[in-house]
Amino acid sequence: MEAASPPAATLEASRTLVLGASRRRTGEAGIRALLFCAALLSVLTTVGIVFSLSKETIAFFGDVGVGKFLTGTEWSPLFADPKFGVLPLISGTLLVTAIAIVVAIPLGLGTAIYLAEYARPRTRKILKPMIELLAGVPTIVFGYFALTYFTPTVLNGLLGLDVPVFNALSGGIVMGFMVLPTVASISEDALSAVPHSLREGAFGLGANKLQVSLRVVVPAALSGIVAAVVLGVSRAIGETMIVLIAAGQQPNLTFDPRESVETITTFIAATAKGDIASGSTAYKTIFAVGMTLFLMTLAMNAIAIRFVRRYRQVYE
Amino acid sequence: MSAQPSLRSVSGAARTKDVAFRIAMLLCLTLSALVLGMLIFDVMRDGLPKLNSALVSNFPSSQSARAGLQPALFGTIWIIAVCLVFIVPVGVATAVYLEEYADASKWWNRLIEVNIQNLAAIPSIVYGILGLAFLVRGPISLGRVVLAGGLTLGLLVLPVVIISGREAIRAVPPSIREGSMALGATQWQTIWKQVLPASIPGVATGVILALSRAIGETAPLIVVGAATFITFNPSGVVGDGAGFSALPIQIYSWISQPQDEFKQLAAAGIVLLLGVLAIMNGAAIYLRNKYENKW
Repeated sequence: MEAASPPAATLEASRTLVLGASRRRTGEAGIRALLFCAALLSVLTTVGIVFSLSKETIAFFGDVGVGKFLTGTEWSPLFADPKFGVLPLISGTLLVTAIAIVVAIPLGLGTAIYLAEYARPRTRKILKPMIELLAGVPTIVFGYFALTYFTPTVLNGLLGLDVPVFNALSGGIVMGFMVLPTVASISEDALSAVPHSLREGAFGLGANKLQVSLRVVVPAALSGIVAAVVLGVSRAIGETMIVLIAAGQQPNLTFDPRESVETITTFIAATAKGDIASGSTAYKTIFAVGMTLFLMTLAMNAIAIRFVRRYRQVYE
Repeated sequence: MSAQPSLRSVSGAARTKDVAFRIAMLLCLTLSALVLGMLIFDVMRDGLPKLNSALVSNFPSSQSARAGLQPALFGTIWIIAVCLVFIVPVGVATAVYLEEYADASKWWNRLIEVNIQNLAAIPSIVYGILGLAFLVRGPISLGRVVLAGGLTLGLLVLPVVIISGREAIRAVPPSIREGSMALGATQWQTIWKQVLPASIPGVATGVILALSRAIGETAPLIVVGAATFITFNPSGVVGDGAGFSALPIQIYSWISQPQDEFKQLAAAGIVLLLGVLAIMNGAAIYLRNKYENKW
């Protein structure tokens, strides 16, 4: 930086400093534009996703009616006599998601309340990484666990349930543990964001720890907790590998957790695995179903962002 | 649990409830820990006997005794390399733009921010569909090659790099920037010579975490067409020799086999995968702790 040499601060030098600065400014604008382009790439990714999904989905609806797709109760797009009713896939997705959430809400919330309100700093330091560890396990490992251990040893053996090898229950419960870190860590953020004055006020009125936690802190953090649960739902809906491995691939319009089901994600993965021709109806089906999945998770995320904003506005 | 002052003054019933609630919470934690423990135990028990040099050096085979995952391992290394080369410049540039340049009152900057939040929550398989429609077929038509797989995973984990990069840049105190500017440096000189070097540990942590997520991702790679049975290692990122498999893909392929021997191979592959992830996460935690609170 030749300009930053104060001893030679003559009139001459100060003029070159000004000139130098203005010359560099053109480069600065170029760099700024370059950085902006990089940032724009993330917007282009979204545009790319929406564009590719819509293009093939519209083509798909040219082949198969929208009504048939949304209200049909049979799903067999790859058969000689194809049926394109998406309801079995949606019911499969919702069933597995519901099971996962039933597992993840109490465990995740319990963990979050313990970490935020009860645990001493040292306990926290041990427990938090453990939760993060659970979050870092690849989903294929959970899938392996569900298929080779949870179904035979826990469901059939320990609980004595008469379930087949592939069933929604095992995939759902194990997925609950995959979703748990999401629910726990976002809820914990929300609980920790509740100002101490609220707790102190309640303690001052004679409330005990349990009353403070459940009647003051949790209600105050409720919007954040709802956001955590909604994001958990969104993750469960979008999860592929656990259900692909453990829940079977049977399109099945049922809410019986013991049966084998196919979810939206499972169908996409299983169909894309076989080398199908571009432009065929089977190929377009991937996109139509992908669009359904995208819209479902988009709605969930929009709701979650709303709720997160609400608690941030109140306390930060 | 040490008795809290608040507990001494309350009635017996309230105290019982409080104790019951503590026990319930500890049960939640124990159950989570138990499942994590069972998971690791299950994988180790099945996989350790098969974890040997033959697993790493052999190629896939229809006979479990001779099957290995060498091409999958090399495939993963190639994909992760592509991913790294893509996410570091793009992720850091985006983070710098959003933290140092973007005027949050402009709608397009807010759009970029909201968009990144949304991207982070899109299911991974949808990225696979994007890769299939744009990179493998469609306008770019690379085919089922390393570059397509690496870029798909790169797009998937980019939000992780951006978000952690922004945090790292934000953690650099304004006084550093002011000092640099006061000495006559331009905004970019300040960023390049002061802010970025100071935020390297945070950025590196984010990149490692992003890559460790990419290594374990299976679904998008299935969709973009990773091969489950391949008898050669990738020799480039595009073209004929660039077909690829990957560790989680090989593991999935083995899990899908009905024979128990293949399930054991899958478990051995999982142990290997978890080992790599443990090392990467360890490195990230080390970086984070070593350089935390430097200011």
